[in-house]
Amino acid sequence: MKADTAKTLRAFAVELVVYAALVVGYFFLVLHFLGDWLLQLELHHRTTYAGTAILLIIGQAVVLESLTTLLLRMIRGRSE
Amino acid sequence: MFFPISGAHISPIYLAIVGFLIGIMGGFFGVGGSFIAGPALRLAGLDWNFAVGTDLAHIVGKSVVAAKRHRALGNIDLRLGLIMAIGTIGGAEVGAQLIQMLKRAGNVNTVVSIVSIAVYLGISSFMIWESWKTFQMQKNKAPRANLKGPERKRDESAFKPATRAIQRMKIWPMVSLPVSGVKSISLWVIIIVSFVGGVFSGFLGGGAGYIRMPSMVYLLGIPTHLAVGTDLFEIIISASYGTFSHAIKGNVDILIALVMNTGAAIGAQIGAICTQYFTGPKIRLAFVPLPLIGVVIVIYTLWSGHKL
Repeated sequence: MKADTAKTLRAFAVELVVYAALVVGYFFLVLHFLGDWLLQLELHHRTTYAGTAILLIIGQAVVLESLTTLLLRMIRGRSE
Repeated sequence: MFFPISGAHISPIYLAIVGFLIGIMGGFFGVGGSFIAGPALRLAGLDWNFAVGTDLAHIVGKSVVAAKRHRALGNIDLRLGLIMAIGTIGGAEVGAQLIQMLKRAGNVNTVVSIVSIAVYLGISSFMIWESWKTFQMQKNKAPRANLKGPERKRDESAFKPATRAIQRMKIWPMVSLPVSGVKSISLWVIIIVSFVGGVFSGFLGGGAGYIRMPSMVYLLGIPTHLAVGTDLFEIIISASYGTFSHAIKGNVDILIALVMNTGAAIGAQIGAICTQYFTGPKIRLAFVPLPLIGVVIVIYTLWSGHKL
């Protein structure tokens, strides 16, 4: 039981490091480029902005969930 | 990092950490966590209107991640979630209208504060009593570790007689919820429960998961694990509606919500996975402090005159 817990914690720590590196890259690349475009949309096309906001947050959530699941599988060698 | 839509300077690390903590809570309890996210965004210097709207957008993202994980664990009743979404959206609109009425009457803060303190304290006290009674009942039964598969998720509850009485009410149309193990229940009961949750959501703000999740367990008889997962699925729909509405009014900085969601994505998965290791009564007992945090926040706002 203890060995299993240690393995889980180790896998989680590795996942966190890999994930953090990917997310930092995401902050500076994707969000930086999206910023101006979204600002213009928010100022001039509010309804389109509202729809785009929902699509973006759902899209990102789906991608991140798949990414974290994939990372867990790669690191632990099996799905949770 | 500068967020041009709201004009705020906020550390992305801070946002990701807040998202991570709320994600764990949301994945485990099936709540939106707005009573923590809202104040956390205010603390970072975001205007109140942006804090409310952006928090809703973040709740959508976090709930998608947690709901996907709960779906993989078999913890979502899609039929129940869709029915509840109708009641919640309707209730949220009524709650918002009630707020407008109270604003016109000039006593909105006092009424909302007293109602919320009473509701939060009531939920916490009831859940402490019910969980304790259930633990007492379980002492005389076979250990749940011996049970396998869906049997392990089947809940014990000291409130079961009242739940059965509610399920026996024959008010047409009746629906069955095979995923949740409910053979027959009136559609109106589900709509009313979700509608009341929606009213509190519109009245007190946020997703009101701390009212809806216990209502699903005690009034509809949904097993705790399924109530958590289904509540998250339902929150996706109702919070999306709220996000759209707030975004049109210029209250959503989606860039902040996206950054918060990076932390929430991993936190929500951890929270959802953790539900596997706890029985229903333990999850319900651990839930008790959440409404109490709400009480502390409301008393603080009453005392200081500031809205967090």
